[in-house]
Amino acid sequence: MHLLVLRRIAWSLPSLGIVSALTFVLASLTPGDAARVVLGTNTDPAAYDRVRDQLGLDQPLWSQYGDWLVGAFQGDLGQSLFTGEPVLDIIGARLGVTLTLILSATVLAALVGVTLGLVGAVRGGIAGRVTDGLAMLGMAVPTFWLGLLLILLFATRLGWFPATGFVPFAVDPAGWVRSFTLPVLALSVGGIATIAKQTRGAVLDAMATEHVRALRANGVPDRRIVLTHCLKNAAVPVTTVVGLVMIGLLGGTILVEQVFALPGLGQLAVSATLSHDLPVLVGVVTVYTLVVLGSNLLTDLGYAWLSPRVEVSR
Amino acid sequence: MTEQLASIAPLAPSAAAAAPRRRRLWARVLRRPAGALALLWIALVVGGAVLADVVAPYGPLDQDLSSSFAGPGGAHLLGADQLGRDVLSRILHGGQVSLLAVAQAVTVFVVVGTLTGLVAGYRGGRTDRVLMWLCDVALAIPLVVTLLVVLAVFSRNETAAMLTFGFLASAGLGRVVRAAAMTVRSDDYVLAAEVAGLRAHQVVARHVLPRVLPPVLVQASLLACSALLVESGINYLGLGVQPPTPSWGGLVTDASAAIASHPWLLVPSGGVIVLTALAFGVLGDVVRDVSADRSDTAPTSWRQLRTRVRRTTPADAKAHATADVAGKETDAADAKIDAVLELRGLRVLHEGTALVDDVDLRVAPGEVVGLVGESGCGKTLTLSALLRLLPPGLVLEAERLEIDGADALDLTERRMAALRGSAVAFVPQEPVAGLDPSFTVRAQLREVVRLRDGGNRAATDVRVRELLEQVQLPDADRVLASYPHELSGGMAQRVAIARALAGRPRVLLADEPTTALDVTVQAEILALLRDLRERTGLAIVIVTHDWGVVAELCDRAVVMYAGRVVEEGTVLDLFDHPAHPYTRALMAANPTGAAFRERLRSIPGQVPSPRERSSACAFADRCERRESDCTSTPVALVLTAGPTTGSTGAVGDRRVRCLHPVTGASPTKPATGPSTDQKGEYADAAR
Repeated sequence: MHLLVLRRIAWSLPSLGIVSALTFVLASLTPGDAARVVLGTNTDPAAYDRVRDQLGLDQPLWSQYGDWLVGAFQGDLGQSLFTGEPVLDIIGARLGVTLTLILSATVLAALVGVTLGLVGAVRGGIAGRVTDGLAMLGMAVPTFWLGLLLILLFATRLGWFPATGFVPFAVDPAGWVRSFTLPVLALSVGGIATIAKQTRGAVLDAMATEHVRALRANGVPDRRIVLTHCLKNAAVPVTTVVGLVMIGLLGGTILVEQVFALPGLGQLAVSATLSHDLPVLVGVVTVYTLVVLGSNLLTDLGYAWLSPRVEVSR
Repeated sequence: MTEQLASIAPLAPSAAAAAPRRRRLWARVLRRPAGALALLWIALVVGGAVLADVVAPYGPLDQDLSSSFAGPGGAHLLGADQLGRDVLSRILHGGQVSLLAVAQAVTVFVVVGTLTGLVAGYRGGRTDRVLMWLCDVALAIPLVVTLLVVLAVFSRNETAAMLTFGFLASAGLGRVVRAAAMTVRSDDYVLAAEVAGLRAHQVVARHVLPRVLPPVLVQASLLACSALLVESGINYLGLGVQPPTPSWGGLVTDASAAIASHPWLLVPSGGVIVLTALAFGVLGDVVRDVSADRSDTAPTSWRQLRTRVRRTTPADAKAHATADVAGKETDAADAKIDAVLELRGLRVLHEGTALVDDVDLRVAPGEVVGLVGESGCGKTLTLSALLRLLPPGLVLEAERLEIDGADALDLTERRMAALRGSAVAFVPQEPVAGLDPSFTVRAQLREVVRLRDGGNRAATDVRVRELLEQVQLPDADRVLASYPHELSGGMAQRVAIARALAGRPRVLLADEPTTALDVTVQAEILALLRDLRERTGLAIVIVTHDWGVVAELCDRAVVMYAGRVVEEGTVLDLFDHPAHPYTRALMAANPTGAAFRERLRSIPGQVPSPRERSSACAFADRCERRESDCTSTPVALVLTAGPTTGSTGAVGDRRVRCLHPVTGASPTKPATGPSTDQKGEYADAAR
């Protein structure tokens, strides 16, 4: 098991390097370099040279990337072009909100999605078709629009939840839960749909197997076959899709944080995009990539735990 | 060269048929209401966007402050925004932005993904490994935030963002196409085309491309769905086209500004995104459905797995043409005989066609009965019917099904499940596949023991070990800790038998339990079954096509052909005097029964399909002894006095369904006279 974890980490390190290098190169392509962004309307050539020197822009690109990489390993992702704050600090202050969103939405999507998919697979008929229909619809609804509808209904009309804003957990735990309820709901609907669909298919596949037939023929009760045997055999494809859903949620957080005015990484990314604050943006991309790799690692561990054959085949 | 190619052409289904196939695919998509609706909607929005300048009632930027926030209807079909701009017109014009962006992403996605997949799948080797590694890397890149970088770098250039999106997402398509290309490549006709000297790109264009087209279309539709959502998200964030130019995402932003006072604006702006994304998604699903070869026996719900049961009366049986005409004994003597299993008048129906017709079976305690016949003759269906576990879609009809005294036709599903395992148990054909791959042997045996005995863990484990001893499995600790895939076929089959024995059943149903095993292991399993019968008085019904198994294990055999019983009797009788020509032919065709260098005799022709069967003899077409009445007269299964037993009315009755039964010795019977242990001899001859 430990070996599996180590191997996966070793396998994902080059991906992280390539992603950061690509973003770095991409960032350097900015028309009018970062020094111009920093200076804004100041066109003094001396100031320009000074800023370029400060930012290391007179160095060749590979050396800039090397410096960034060395810094990154030491926990230094550079400074914001505007505030001069260390990128790591800015990200650290906002990581909690985004991770809370991602993890809660993933858990909610997995719980509700698996339940719906299971009901669809067992009941079939109308229940099955309703599950399929809802799944299709859930995948087609834009997160931000759904967020607005939720605000309209539960905040503006019913007043059950705050429309926007964020209450830190330390200040008011109940307020914290309330401030996250609608965003997590909006974020998880697409995932619920995807997971429900996948679960229904995987459980149906499991139902058609020879060993389920043998279990039924030897009198194991239906409920036990479905909830224990079919579900465990469906778990591998379902885990795959839960991992994919979690990765997909990353994009959703950007929109949801904007809709609900939550101070997370997504909001940071949007403001950095609008202001061309590339060190911050590169830092956010790096953190998001880490989340993707972490999610893949979790998925792999899930496989190893769920399916006895995975470790053997590796 | 040309000749060679010509000779290959008929083998290649996709070469000549590619174009019609593609057309048929679209025709099939259109025939589905969902597919037709999705295509219609896509055509509508695309048409509306292209012709926006002509069909839009207003210009996209035309302001009219007097109709600020006008509701839907009247002058503004979908209402107007704060500045009095017509929402419908803005949606039509906004479609130009959004749909163009989707088209850009899809184009890059399809071109890059298909090329990557084809090259990787077709070249294989190192190229494949490098490309798949790159795909892995690309799939680890968080998409949307990367698009933000692109938008920051290229100053809100939406085209650059959508091309990047299509490019990064194409890694997923690359994997799908690669998998499809690899399966196509190993197909015989593609290999033949290669041998014939077609160049790689010709093979790909002619044979591989048409076959990977459906998965590409499916993936492209699904990508269009997500590209639209991403594109509208970008514009919702204000990172794409700049106001006042309309875009679908931007319209939602405008609507959100007045969300409390004029919520209506959210409906058309979000609605067009939802409907269009839905149309792309549905289209992908429909294409997948119509291009997949779905087997119709795959269940669509657990409920469907429940077998529908209908009780019939003897009168019903007479009503169908295929039923026996006369001579079928329903003698009262039958009822008195003690039987653990009694089946009468079984029919298995698929959409009104009988797959199994008029099968009676009665098994005495401790008796071993073999169901013998070619593939597709209804042996396994009969066995499944005894458990009330037919494949989905089939209907069970019977006059009587009694298992250990219980009327199995009347039981609820729950009571029937309780009967399975305790009165009647089952051993599957594929030993390893018959066990759940996700659980250890220990967990699977504990499960059934707890189900039958209740009891605490210690008592359960004692019983589990007892079962393993009963099936003579040595090294119990290792076996218990193993997963099914870690066991040999023989060990797995012993575990399956142990599981079946957990509920102390009186009848064991075994579906070709030795077919998947090595010869030596086969003998061991047969010995085990025989031993179990002798020690515990277990009755066994075994499905087989191997006369060796019949000779070795069975007391009685029932020969089935085309869904009906054609002959039954004690094994000694059958081997000595096979009366039905089919039984004789089957014995002569038995590979294990053949003497050294003797030519195996195959039976010409094949089993007629259920629809072609009539009440006349189903074997007539293949029969050496056919006479004119064979194809016209209904044939009944009639009692004949067994030459050796001479008994009537007993479980060992001899019955034959033939107008011109054979009288004479068996084809496998040795030339020498009858020995004291004929059965053993037949078994040896059949080995």
